[in-house]
Amino acid sequence: MSTLEIKDLHVSVDTEDGPKEILKGVTLTIGDNETHAIMGPNGSGKSTLAYSIAGHPKYTVTGGTVTLDGEDVLAMSVDERARAGLFLAMQYPVEVPGVSVSNFLRTAKTAIDGEAPKLRTWVKDVNGALERLNLDPSFGTRSVNEGFSGGEKKRHEIAQLELLAPKVAVLDETDSGLDIDALKIVSEGVNRFREQEGKGVLLITHYTRILRYITPDYVHVFVDGKVADQGGPELADQLEAEGYDKYVKAAV
Amino acid sequence: MTVTDAARESVASALEADQVVSHLNPPASYDLADHPVPTGREEIWRFTPLKRLRGVLEGTPSDDRLTWDTTLPDGVTVSTISTAEARALGELAPNDRPSALAVELAGGATLVDVPAELETDGPVLIDLHGESADQLVWGHLVIRVGAYAKATVVLTHTGSARYSATTSVLVGEGAQVNVLTLQDWDDDAVHLGRDAIRVGRDATVRHTAVSFGGDLVRLHANVEYDGPGGDAELLGLYFADAGQHLEHRLFADHNAPKTKSNVVYKGALQGEGAHAVWIGNVLIRKVAEGIETYEENRNLVLTDGCQADSVPNLEIETGEIEGAGHASAVGRFDDEQLFYLRSRGVSEPEARRLVVHGFFNDLVRKVGVPSVEEKLLATVEEELSKNVLQELS
Ligand SMILES: Nc1ncnc2c1ncn2[C@@H]1O[C@H](COP(=O)(O)OP(=O)(O)O)[C@@H](O)[C@H]1O
Ligand SMILES: [Mg+2]
Repeated sequence: MSTLEIKDLHVSVDTEDGPKEILKGVTLTIGDNETHAIMGPNGSGKSTLAYSIAGHPKYTVTGGTVTLDGEDVLAMSVDERARAGLFLAMQYPVEVPGVSVSNFLRTAKTAIDGEAPKLRTWVKDVNGALERLNLDPSFGTRSVNEGFSGGEKKRHEIAQLELLAPKVAVLDETDSGLDIDALKIVSEGVNRFREQEGKGVLLITHYTRILRYITPDYVHVFVDGKVADQGGPELADQLEAEGYDKYVKAAV
Repeated sequence: MTVTDAARESVASALEADQVVSHLNPPASYDLADHPVPTGREEIWRFTPLKRLRGVLEGTPSDDRLTWDTTLPDGVTVSTISTAEARALGELAPNDRPSALAVELAGGATLVDVPAELETDGPVLIDLHGESADQLVWGHLVIRVGAYAKATVVLTHTGSARYSATTSVLVGEGAQVNVLTLQDWDDDAVHLGRDAIRVGRDATVRHTAVSFGGDLVRLHANVEYDGPGGDAELLGLYFADAGQHLEHRLFADHNAPKTKSNVVYKGALQGEGAHAVWIGNVLIRKVAEGIETYEENRNLVLTDGCQADSVPNLEIETGEIEGAGHASAVGRFDDEQLFYLRSRGVSEPEARRLVVHGFFNDLVRKVGVPSVEEKLLATVEEELSKNVLQELS
């Protein structure tokens, strides 16, 4: 079971001119086995939503609630959220110089499971995940995200998704900057995750392309820090044809 | 400003000045009169808390010695030579007062001799140990590596003393030498050291300074060349704890064409009053056409109350250089790195530990002495548990 429930979430960031509200009351429930796409123009607050769910210190929650299977996510530290079953594939994964991918993956897996993975199966799992994402086995010896191409960074995020096996994955523009081959590889990774029992996906994008490979159950249009419209997969087609114009105009 | 821009600018300004001697590195001399007792305002002394040298600069004669424990691969010898013999071997003359005093007062030198063409089957291990900071010890050492020999020399300093030492590393043509000096002193030790290397034609030298212990450690690592084609890598790793002063002064004197120097020092600081000083200087003389040089120092400040001074310099007398650059940084934990790791379930202390290990890792891997590399990682771990990790758990 996995239900991520976001209710009337208000989030602000500190700016030179004082706090600025970015999320202005977001309500969204991702139920068991559901994939929700969040689509919105640049600057609408999509990454803010993703980071706020993950607990990035830059964002201050000023109102609302987030729960995972009824547990208060906002009361948890960043790492507690991950251990509770949340995963964020970042739009801009961070370089950690000198820390190898394999050390990083093993440390993360150990932290999530509360015990070190069995060496033999683990090596197989890692190699399998890397291979499925078309990453060379030597990838494990490279420093995390350092010198990775844009595509490698995103594929590495999805490899982590496979290996860490969270309940709910938030994917922040995992598609952006990918060529068509990489997009397919990444989409297949997400679909493998979705096929498992009881997983939830919050797929954030500003472009409809990835939705040809990952069919969402619900589509939410995100404008100016709020959900402006929602519907089924057909809403994505409409957005592809018409763009965000009418929502953006309505918001101002 | 990018690194290359910074370097280019120094190239331009240095060319105008047309200096002959390095302003940061006064000429070497055995004559004590050339090295007056510093007031603390001198360019080369202004970062050093002179009081904490506890009288070393007074130059009191002393018979105290560190105990030596050596492991020598076949063919390598250690012997005692006179001060005059050390000089006749072509050692590098002292370049500051403590190193001049060391030569004057040590009453002779120890010669570590690696004959030409010998490829040693293991490292030369020299363990130096002091009994207490009441001891005042003058040290004088010459490491000579013959032409086309291959050797690794590891000097380890433990215990405590007030120790001032002058070391020369004379590297023959085409030799490959790896020298590592580990400062693993007790908390109250004072260590003033000058290591100077003359790199033979087409020789390759790596010198690594690792400083963990001691109340005050101030080390020079200097390099000059005996002909074209020499390649020197000067590495350093330090971990300054509360109250510790760790100072590393680097000087690459490109006095021959087609030579290379690569300087990388990394340090972490933690605890009230931890102070790290890094002064890098590269002098590219008129004759030194086609050289390549790069100097870099990075500091990771782990807690409040620390100070890291990091000053790279470049003095250039020729415009005909292959490449010159420098970088220097003092930074705290990167919140984005910690967030990324924690978002994968890794606890905050564990995330910090990973970042610090990562910070040192590439440097540790370059050291090239497997037994030491392992110990270094373990020591980093130990240092971390003193403060950073504890305060969080
Ligand atoms: N630190 C900050 N200071 C000021 N404005 C910010 C800061 N971080 C984000 N914003 C603003 O918040 C809005 C939403 O940003 P973001 O969540 O990254 O949007 P999206 O991911 O939809 O492109 C943008 O207008 C952005 O400029
Ligand atoms: Mg974004």
